[in-house]
Amino acid sequence: MSAEPHYTLYHPRWYRRRVSVWWWLQNRSYTRFVLRELTSVFVAFFAGLYLWQLHAIAQGPEAYGQFLVRLKTPFFLTVDAVAFFFVLFHAITWFNLTPKAMVVRLRGKRVPDWVVVGSNYAAWLVVSGAVALVLLRG
Amino acid sequence: MPSTVALTVTRYRPERESEPTFQTYEIPFRKDWVVLDALNHVKDRLDGSLSFRWSCRMGVCGSCGMKVNGTPKLTCATFLSDYLPGPIRVEPLDYFPVVRDLVVDITDFVRKLKQVKPWILRKEEKPLGEGEYLQTPDQLDTYKQFSMCINCMLCYSACPIYGLEPGFIGPAAIALAQRYNMDSRDQGAAERLNILSEHDGIWQCTFVGECTKVCPKHVDPAGAIQQYKLSGATHWIKSLLLPRGTR
Repeated sequence: MSAEPHYTLYHPRWYRRRVSVWWWLQNRSYTRFVLRELTSVFVAFFAGLYLWQLHAIAQGPEAYGQFLVRLKTPFFLTVDAVAFFFVLFHAITWFNLTPKAMVVRLRGKRVPDWVVVGSNYAAWLVVSGAVALVLLRG
Repeated sequence: MPSTVALTVTRYRPERESEPTFQTYEIPFRKDWVVLDALNHVKDRLDGSLSFRWSCRMGVCGSCGMKVNGTPKLTCATFLSDYLPGPIRVEPLDYFPVVRDLVVDITDFVRKLKQVKPWILRKEEKPLGEGEYLQTPDQLDTYKQFSMCINCMLCYSACPIYGLEPGFIGPAAIALAQRYNMDSRDQGAAERLNILSEHDGIWQCTFVGECTKVCPKHVDPAGAIQQYKLSGATHWIKSLLLPRGTR
């Protein structure tokens, strides 16, 4: 022990740590969480893209043709690929979290988590299949 | 197996230091020792001035929560052998003001816990003569998990939202509110929802999910909050659509 300690009278001096702006890099699950939150930007991007597409369709075949040409530029292909990755990440992470929010009980027993998650994926497959069918037929 | 291991501990002596420092102690390594045993060894044999909280040594009282190598842990249930070869770093829980060394001030948590009224609320008590409130095993099962909380506050220390928004009521308090909401004997759900649907309640939670990961009692506070959000939103939609009597 070093020199005589000087004790503080009355109220103790508490130490408060400030949260660093880089807190989300501290561990992997925080980073994954922030990435998951960020996916909403890309979901919004796709929504915007669809609106633009509808607008182009409404303007007639020529405008739609131009829209399609624009989509095939390297810039849009890159942005689309990145956005697709994030939207996939969005869907998968949220599907995997559903059993936390939704507790389904059948005859008094809790339905296992994998059944809740699995039914989400099944619904996803069915809807994607239906959309693919419509598109490929056309 | 090493014969000793280095234990690096946060020291904060407000009468001497303006911010925390670290001190390393070389302690004997024993296979059956937990971090709390190591801290008690330091306190008893090496440096009596080290301050930390503990009580039961068996994962029931919730007093000995600290950060071990960066993760919030109950030090009575964290074995030294899992951190070999060391050094093992022990710090006070994040986001709470540090009073001294490893001791944090828990006033904020206790105040929030009281706010959510974690006890059975009845609109009308039935007369004693009618006997106890009975409950089936299935009814008990719906909330039992949330009742396992020992108020150790590891979930607060794992929650970056609590760090960034200190007003947030927080994981354990919300899980305990949900424990009483789901209790068939309780009638206070609407009263609690008034508190928890406010700005600092359930909607502050963005579902990081770390609270559930660090919980030593498998309470799943993140699940409790999301279920609460779902029932809160349903309640709100019903109140918009349905006439008063049918809610």
